Formats: sequence, C-alpha cells, structure tokens
Amino acid sequence: MIITKQKPLEEILRDIGPKPVFLIGCSQCATLCHTGGNDEVIALKEQISSKNIPVSGHVVLDPACHRLNNKRILKDHVEELKQSEKILVLACGNGIQTIAGLFPEKQIIAGTDTLFLGEILHASEYQKRCVMCGECLLDLFGGLCPVSQCPKSMLNGPCGGSSHGACEINPQVECVWDRIIQHLKKQGKLHLLTVVQPPKNWSKAGETNRRI
Amino acid sequence: MSNHSRLQSILSEGRFAITAEIGPPKSADPLKIRDKALLLEGCADAFNVTDNQTAVVRMSSLAGSVLLLQMEFEPIMQMTCRDRNRIGLQSDVLGATALGIRNILCLTGDHQSFGNHPEAKGVFDIDSLQLLQILKKMQDEGVFQSGDPLRGTRPIVFLGAAANPYADPYEIQVDRLRKKIDAGAQFIQTQSVYNLEKFTTWMDEVRTQGLDKKVHILAGVTPLKSVKMAERMKFHVPGTDVPDTVFEQIRNAADPAKEGYAIALNTIRELRHLKGIHGIHITALFWEEIIPALVRESGLLSR
Repeated sequence: MIITKQKPLEEILRDIGPKPVFLIGCSQCATLCHTGGNDEVIALKEQISSKNIPVSGHVVLDPACHRLNNKRILKDHVEELKQSEKILVLACGNGIQTIAGLFPEKQIIAGTDTLFLGEILHASEYQKRCVMCGECLLDLFGGLCPVSQCPKSMLNGPCGGSSHGACEINPQVECVWDRIIQHLKKQGKLHLLTVVQPPKNWSKAGETNRRI
Repeated sequence: MSNHSRLQSILSEGRFAITAEIGPPKSADPLKIRDKALLLEGCADAFNVTDNQTAVVRMSSLAGSVLLLQMEFEPIMQMTCRDRNRIGLQSDVLGATALGIRNILCLTGDHQSFGNHPEAKGVFDIDSLQLLQILKKMQDEGVFQSGDPLRGTRPIVFLGAAANPYADPYEIQVDRLRKKIDAGAQFIQTQSVYNLEKFTTWMDEVRTQGLDKKVHILAGVTPLKSVKMAERMKFHVPGTDVPDTVFEQIRNAADPAKEGYAIALNTIRELRHLKGIHGIHITALFWEEIIPALVRESGLLSR
C-alpha cells in the first residue's frame, strides 16, 4: 500500500487561503492510512469551514489514481467544482497528479506527503517495504528486502553498525540485514550470502521507460 | 611518481607495516594537511586520507591524498559510496591513479544522517564490496563496471577494505572478510581494537580458514584521550567494543590521557605478536600528536 501522512492543518489552511475549495479523498490507500478516506475528508471539511472558508463540495474517489473512473464520478460534482479555484487532494502523489491532470485550470493543493510503499503493521503503524526498483531480488534474501529497508540499500550487508539487531541510524528500526541472516540461518541457507552480489541494474526502475 | 604502492611492497616482503589516519580539514587550507603530515613524518608507511568521514563535509580525500604525494608521503585514499555513484567513483579512480595515488580503501560510508548535512540524499548506488569488485575488474580486465573497455592505462592500485570483528552479528564476520577478499581486497584495516580477547578469537578463525595468507590484515588502534571519548566510543559509536574493564581503567585514572596511551601501547604490543597480523593502523582522533611517541615506544620505529 502507498503510505501517506497528512500535512499539518496550518500548512493546509495557509495554502487554501480565504476562497472556496473543493475536497477530494481516495477510497483505497489513503482510506486505510486514515489520511484521505471519507472520515478524514469530512473532518477536514469541518475544520476548514470553522475558519469561515467555504467548502464548495467533496468527494472520495475510487481510487483517485484511476483517471477514467474519476471522470465518471466527478460528473456529479461539476457545479461544486465550478465554484472553487482550488482543489485540496487527500491522496497519494499519484492521486494528486491524476486530479491535476484532469483540472489544468485549477490550483491543486497537496494535503498529504507520500512516504513509501509499505505494510500496515498495526492500526496507524506502517513499515516501508518496497522502493519499486524494477528488478525484484527478494529470492536472494529470504523474502526480506535490503534495497528498501537498509538505509544504505546494501546488497552485500550488513554494514557493521547495527547493534543487537537495531539499525545504527535509528535504534527503533530493525536492521534488515540482521533479519536476513537470522532467517537464512534458520532455513540452513546462510551460504546464499557468500556470493558477492553485483551492482544493481537501476535502469529497470522506470526512469527511462515511464509507460508500460 | 612511483608506479607501485610502497605499502604493498612492504607487506608482500613480509615486513610489519604501520598506517596512520590523516583527516582532511573543514576548510580549503592545504597547510592543515601539511602540518599533520609533518607531525607524523617517519611514523607510518602510508597515510589514510578520510573521505568526508562521518558524513561531515571536508576537503576531498583525492585532494588530501595529492597534497600528501606532493610531500612524498604515501597516501591511502579512502573512497565511500555515499556521495558518488558508479560513474563518479570510477572517474575519480582514474584521476587518482593518474595523479599518483597507489592505495585505495573501499568503504560503503557512514550514513548522511550522522553528518552535518542530514537532509542530503545519500547515493549508495553500490556498496563497498561492489566498489572493490569494480576496481579489481578495471585493473585486471581493463573494463568498467558496465563492461565497456578502458582505452589505455589501467588504474593499478593496492586495494583495501575495512573489517569489523565487533560488528553484529559476530558469527558472519569471518565470512564477510572472505567475501571482501573474493571481491578484490588485498589489505584490510580493522575496527579499533579495545577488546583484545574477542579480536584474538576472530583472528583464530581467520587463520583457521587461511584468510591471513590471502590478505594483509592491519589491526586498528585508537588511543582513548579522555573519559568523554571513552564514553563516546563505548556507548555512541556504532560497531565499537570498549569492554567494561578498559572503560573503568580510563574512568578511574588520575590522568585519563596517560592511561589511554598506556592501554594503546599495550594493545599494539599484543597485536604485534598476534599471528596473522601484518601491521597496525593508528587512528588518533583529535590526538595525532601522540602517534610519534606511540610508534617509538612500542618499538615499531626500528621494525
């Protein structure tokens, strides 16, 4: 899932200004992250209205990154949209761009910061799991990803700075290399790590081929 | 300009080598490098020039190394993978070799969050093992990482890497050393030794696997100057192991610097006689002036 974090309210209010605004949420990732689902859109609408800023309407798209579906859903909000020069989007960076593409004449306000592709560990607790590098190496490392989870993306780790399984840059974060080693040891496959992994082919990460 | 690493000659002749670290200044002042070098003249066979150590911006290791060459000191240029991708690293290796640098120490590098620009984007396109592999291929096969051939002179350098017997998890640290040798490491400089017992156990395993015959291991020594430094090394520097006994010795000493010096002296004496150790690497953080005495008193000057 795409993990997002809502921007601080003061920042959002500053960007909206005094004029009317239309609010857009997303039914999927932003709903699961509690950053742009129906509840959050309504809550923000009330907070904005309480500052005497008109909210011309709101909608939760299903999902915000689906261009054609957005067009269909937004047909019901044409009049509300006409009243606002600004659209506040509570979705991931992709959803925000999809809306921006649909409304080139409007000013788009990003209500969230998009953080990573990650797992929901517990309610409101998420962990980075993938950087979409374009060439999955998980089978080499027992299903644990050093590219996304090691701060140095080391393919030949660990770096030597971890302590009792905690990462040197943040003791709250597990050292993924420590986990890889413990996991492969249990499976009797530590020998997998004796091979020097060659430099990664970053050209597969979609940098030059942005459409498939 | 010598075509050969003097450090490599010393080690391959079976002589005991000394290396010492010279940290470049946080300025453009070449005299800072010169002053440190003059202080250490004759104390070491080669001098490590750090590469923006702990992710703090300093004069580049390439420039610092060239300043040492101009004084006829032999540099070991440290290279980390934090600030340059494979293109920048290979380019700098060509340049460094053209300028006369004959030793390169390959490191992954401290994470940028530790330094004075924690908002920077770390590169980490490759890691230390891959850097070793790339440099080995450049000199052995005459090709860049991509397979594209070099045209002309290959960068012939003595390739070094770091090893840390105190890193977690301990059980893989000898394998990790072997992996670095496989990737191309010809010499190793270890993490600073305070826990001699653990280091000896690691070396036993290194010798059992015959790795001391495949690579020259230089054991790291960093004298503790103060209680504050001992605290930092014990509790805050990742991957170091200051045992309680050593820590208490410093803490209870009337003169912690004198005690730290005595501990370092003793450590060097022990390490010198440890089978498989081919040299000592001295890193005297903010205490370079102690190195001459340390080398002289430990009897390493007349080695």
